[in-house]
Amino acid sequence: MAAVQGGLVDADNEKDIKTEPPSDGWVNNNANDGKVLSASPGSSATAGSNKPAAATTATAAGTPEDQQTLLAVLQFLRKNNLSESVEILRREAGLPENSLEAKAGDSSGTGDADTDAGDSSSLLSRVTVSSSARAPSPKKATAGEDQPDVNVVLSAYSQQGDPALYDVYYSGLKKFIETVLDCHRAELSQVFYPLFVHMYLELVYNNHESEAKAFFGKFSGDQECYYEDDLRILSSLSKKEHMRGNETLLDFRTSKFVLRISRDSYQLLKRHLQERQNNQIWNIIQEHLYIDIFDGIPRSKSQIDAMSGSLAGEGRREANKTKVYYGLLKEPEIELPLDDEDEEAENEEGKPKKKKPKKDSMGSKSKKQDPNAPSQTRIPLPELKDSDKLDKIMYMKEATKRIRLGPDNLPSICFYTFLNAYQGLTAVDFTDDSSLIAGGFADSTVRVWSITPKKLRKVKSAADLNVIDKESDDVLERIMDEKTASESKILYGHSGPVYGISFSPDRNYLLSSSEDGTVRLWSLLTFTCLVGYKGHNYPVWDTHFSPHGYYFVSGGHDRVARLWATDHYQPLRIFSGHLADVTCTRFHPNSNYLATGSSDRTIRLWDVLNGNCVRIFTGHKGPIHTLAFSPNGKFLASGATDGRVLLWDIGHGLMITELKGHTDTIYSLKFSRDSEILASGSMDNTVRLWDATKAFDDLETDDFTAATGHIHLQDNSLELLLGTYMTKSTPVIHLHFTRRNLLLAAGAYNP
Amino acid sequence: MAEERRQKQCSVVLPTESMKAMAESVGVGQLQEESCVALSEEVSYRIKEIAQDALKFMHHGKRRKLTTSDIDNALKLKNVEPLFGFQSQEFIPFRFASGGGRELHFYEEREVDLSDIINTPLPRVPLDVSLKAHWLSIEGVEPSIPENPPPATKEQQKVESTEPLKVVKPGQEEEATIQGKSQGATAADGKGKEKGLIRLKPRSTHELSVEQQLYYKEITEACVGSCEAKRAEALQSIATDPGLYQMLPRFSTFISEGVRVNVVQNNLALLIYLMRMVKALMDNPTLYLEKYLHELIPAVVTCIVSKQLCLRPDVDNHWALRDFAARLMAQSCKTFSTTTNNIQSRITKTLTKSWLDEKTQWTTRYGCIAGLAELGPDVIKTLILPRLTIEGARIKAVMDGPVVSNIDKIGADHVQSLLLKHCASVIAKIRPQPDNVEQYRTDYGYLGPMLCSHVMKARTQAALQAQQVNRTTLTITQPRPTLSVSQSGLSGSSGPRTPSIIKVPSSLTLMSPRPGTPSQPSPPATKYIVMATSAGAASTQQVITLSSSQSASSVTSTVPSASSNLQPLVKLESGSGPGLTLTQSGSGPGLTASRPLQKYIVVSLPSSASSSLEPKSSVLPTSISSTQLDTGMKMERSESPGASTQSPH
Repeated sequence: MAAVQGGLVDADNEKDIKTEPPSDGWVNNNANDGKVLSASPGSSATAGSNKPAAATTATAAGTPEDQQTLLAVLQFLRKNNLSESVEILRREAGLPENSLEAKAGDSSGTGDADTDAGDSSSLLSRVTVSSSARAPSPKKATAGEDQPDVNVVLSAYSQQGDPALYDVYYSGLKKFIETVLDCHRAELSQVFYPLFVHMYLELVYNNHESEAKAFFGKFSGDQECYYEDDLRILSSLSKKEHMRGNETLLDFRTSKFVLRISRDSYQLLKRHLQERQNNQIWNIIQEHLYIDIFDGIPRSKSQIDAMSGSLAGEGRREANKTKVYYGLLKEPEIELPLDDEDEEAENEEGKPKKKKPKKDSMGSKSKKQDPNAPSQTRIPLPELKDSDKLDKIMYMKEATKRIRLGPDNLPSICFYTFLNAYQGLTAVDFTDDSSLIAGGFADSTVRVWSITPKKLRKVKSAADLNVIDKESDDVLERIMDEKTASESKILYGHSGPVYGISFSPDRNYLLSSSEDGTVRLWSLLTFTCLVGYKGHNYPVWDTHFSPHGYYFVSGGHDRVARLWATDHYQPLRIFSGHLADVTCTRFHPNSNYLATGSSDRTIRLWDVLNGNCVRIFTGHKGPIHTLAFSPNGKFLASGATDGRVLLWDIGHGLMITELKGHTDTIYSLKFSRDSEILASGSMDNTVRLWDATKAFDDLETDDFTAATGHIHLQDNSLELLLGTYMTKSTPVIHLHFTRRNLLLAAGAYNP
Repeated sequence: MAEERRQKQCSVVLPTESMKAMAESVGVGQLQEESCVALSEEVSYRIKEIAQDALKFMHHGKRRKLTTSDIDNALKLKNVEPLFGFQSQEFIPFRFASGGGRELHFYEEREVDLSDIINTPLPRVPLDVSLKAHWLSIEGVEPSIPENPPPATKEQQKVESTEPLKVVKPGQEEEATIQGKSQGATAADGKGKEKGLIRLKPRSTHELSVEQQLYYKEITEACVGSCEAKRAEALQSIATDPGLYQMLPRFSTFISEGVRVNVVQNNLALLIYLMRMVKALMDNPTLYLEKYLHELIPAVVTCIVSKQLCLRPDVDNHWALRDFAARLMAQSCKTFSTTTNNIQSRITKTLTKSWLDEKTQWTTRYGCIAGLAELGPDVIKTLILPRLTIEGARIKAVMDGPVVSNIDKIGADHVQSLLLKHCASVIAKIRPQPDNVEQYRTDYGYLGPMLCSHVMKARTQAALQAQQVNRTTLTITQPRPTLSVSQSGLSGSSGPRTPSIIKVPSSLTLMSPRPGTPSQPSPPATKYIVMATSAGAASTQQVITLSSSQSASSVTSTVPSASSNLQPLVKLESGSGPGLTLTQSGSGPGLTASRPLQKYIVVSLPSSASSSLEPKSSVLPTSISSTQLDTGMKMERSESPGASTQSPH
């Protein structure tokens, strides 16, 4: 626990290096530091996710444990020569100066221990000096196990209990829970899994290998099936040395497993454990479990199952209480040129009256400030260029021709098949206006195709550009080199499979993220690489451009998501908190938030402004591979390897429904332009269409549900399923609705 | 169950012997048992860890198959240098030998003749990635075009026709979904809430889209039109297009009506065209005709036994039509006859009855005999051979008797040659040598002497064919230098041979003659079964005959090997041929690949014939080397050659 806080605060420091992205705030990062840290204890809701212990105990350094945490952080900072940060943090936490000095002796050993550990840990251990310097300190915890500053994490395991009794304890509790009233049983059964894992780890940690094996063999079968993947990892671990490099287990130990239990059930459990003097289990519950107690009727098994499944239990209720401005930004600047343009066009057509009122209604709609929308300047957004405005006008025009979809009016699907890809296609993206398609491949290439008759052309060379008449009206046409026109272009630069790909909204740039740890920005005018963003040292699984351009997000194996601006070579924000790889990243339509999905089976929503995690969604039973925001910004859809699509209400922080039907990993999700239909594409070679309108209408957000976060899921996937379209043998890895609501799908034929 | 598996997962650890072997390979001689245990646990743990990471890369690579590059990437993640040059074409790159209590693993380094490599034709350059668009759905309906999967798979059609009340399996409910979501729902649901309700047979649409109507019109016109090139194209389309399911009732009616009309008008040409349509429909791998047999079989039988099929029976070759239709009949009997519909026995009965009738015309008689004969040697043996004497007498009466009519004479003549043709091969098999003319005369009457000469001819031909087989193979397989590998290891005569692997270079042009265009369903993949056997068993091996039916590409062959006492047999089979029963892999849509999927099955027989004597039970040690690792290594069980000889070719 302590170390995780350390890690997060540490990350805070890093990500606050630039709070105001466009302004160059490199130097005064420490000032920002202080601001965030001072803010967090005050607004307990915000801090709920980032500093859970702080929020619950209300005082930052209330318990000795917390104090120790802070000390660990201070030490870390000091080690990295961030003296100013040390100073500020110390002031904030109200720690006396000498408290740090007292620990200074210990801290001096940190560096040595680090390198020692680097030597001693085997080659396979991923803890290297570079990674420990960059990654949050939990990793350091493994490296320098005997370090006092991080020992807090492990101390719990060093308690020596009689290994033979673990079995007895566990089966005793099992027997007890089996005999309680039905209404409590489901709730109390949640305790089994975390207890089982912690007891097993304790046994392993204390070198009781055979007992651990026996314990595992005896009780692993009782665990819920959706934990199977974790159990598999657990089963391979049977020695204390193995615990060093294994992130999954570290996460398990360093983060508290969150359970939601009603007060009655909790009392029952507490009484039982105290009666039996079952201290072993009680200790584990107190130290490693976070029990979120609520008043009211205990939840049913199905309610619990809907929400559980993540690596660290459910999200805490208060983690989802922050207000999220999910509304869309109004688009005022477009109005005037739009009207001008339109009038011109309409005058030509000679029927202005007919269209005029339509436009007006549209204009008035966007003029009204959505109460849920963030203020226009909440985060600095790039100014619209003329070309952007033209594009917006095009968008509006197209929008008037849009087909209204519904259960009786399903979209047509045009499928783009990549032939001869030899299983090498790893990522696909379409431009918003559906004029280009790009594919990322396992052979490190990125290929761009034009899917309109217009061919792809490069800009002429500098010498040729000098010659052209810059005053002419068609200068944009003239700068293009006709000789280079072709239907597709290949971009070479990466040195590993390209896992994520994203077009910029203005279609001038393309982002690609790769196994080689870089994100590259390509120009679609010259078809060359402009920047390589280095920051993730490990594979970058996904990247996504902000809908307003300029910013983009990337997430990778290093378990953090980073926010970048195209003109900065270092990240603006680092979003840290996931317990496993960040597998997919998506911007909210208003660019103020972004969502990340992870292989820890949670989805987090982050505030771009301050880097806080504002929502944690749990419920998936497998790594999440795709996310999609509804165009109105209210809802989020997520798809995972478990073949289920979950829909979330961002405002209330609740699960709306579960869409079952796919039989394999879902790799793509997309809402239609008016949010009526959700399309999902999967490894099982199908595209499925779901009735999103109905799903959202069914949602009852009564106060009770909103307050408790208890959801009743109806099993109505089949009513919501509007259609299933099977491809011959092509996994569907990308979906895109054109501006007129034609669905485009893409995948590689897999003979 | 799950618990059991988990426990297994928990305990799987590499054997300590492997540790020892590996230590030895790097020069560490004496490794203590304890160290071995510790090492093996550590190594097992690390391997599992890497495998789990590799899995991550597979998921992000959006694949279902783990590739070597995934493992490389996982190693990279751990800061371990990935393995370079991991490109073994063989299943297991090293060999194993034991003797004197020692076990030895070694890489086989064989001498390679450089000129062989130089002379090997270059492999095809892989095609570049390209993009192709098609309509997956038009306003919610999936159009039946070759790019989309057939609306109903053959298995589903089969289930539908044989067990109409069976629930459609989830995942295959596309057809139902198209008709309406409620049905898709019930289908996917399986055993949902509607359990109590009466399950109605799903309604199927019989409306054709405008495109389909146009297609139907074009195809039927081309099939019976005058342009032969167009007809060939149309028939090709019928035989391969996956989207014809909806049109099947129309085609079937078209054929049956067409036959009805044209038999009356004695239009031989049209009848032939219609029969070719039937053949094309049968050849279509996505169609299951069972539901339409009630229309098709009468039409086909008409073409076999009709009294008159053409305007000038004395000149026109209606015999060929009868033969062709008889073959069709036999094929549909083979495919669709079940214990419930009894097609074969009903057909047999009908044909026998009219054959036995004294008043039957020669044309019909010919058709009956042809129809029966095509049903196989068993039918010939039990039904035709006993009647040879009577039939002979009848033919004699026409031949030698007073000239009644020319037509009768021609008919009798044809029946005679037909009987000789079919019976000779059967008699050659069931009758022991020597062939005595007198004996034949007493046994078979008038036809006896002629039969005798035919049987003798058949016998010599069979012998010739075997030799012929030898020669063909020689030309095919000799350029393959790697085949000599099969003689590696210990000599076949001294003891049980270790299974050896024959590597077949993928570059061989003979094997992959089709450039892949996934837009059109390419013919099923070719399979190669390579069997090596010792000389002692070679004679039995040669029973594997050239499969004479429609699989033209199928070649059976033996390769004379360098070492004298071993004679490997190489058998090439097209997937659609009867070889299917042998390899037990369906020719589903998965196999209609852009790249022909090649499988090599290498079966090596020990010199003692013992294993070939117990055909089914002993699955010989098989190993498969798949050309590309990423096509996945599919283990396939192949029956021993002894069993394969029994499979009907």
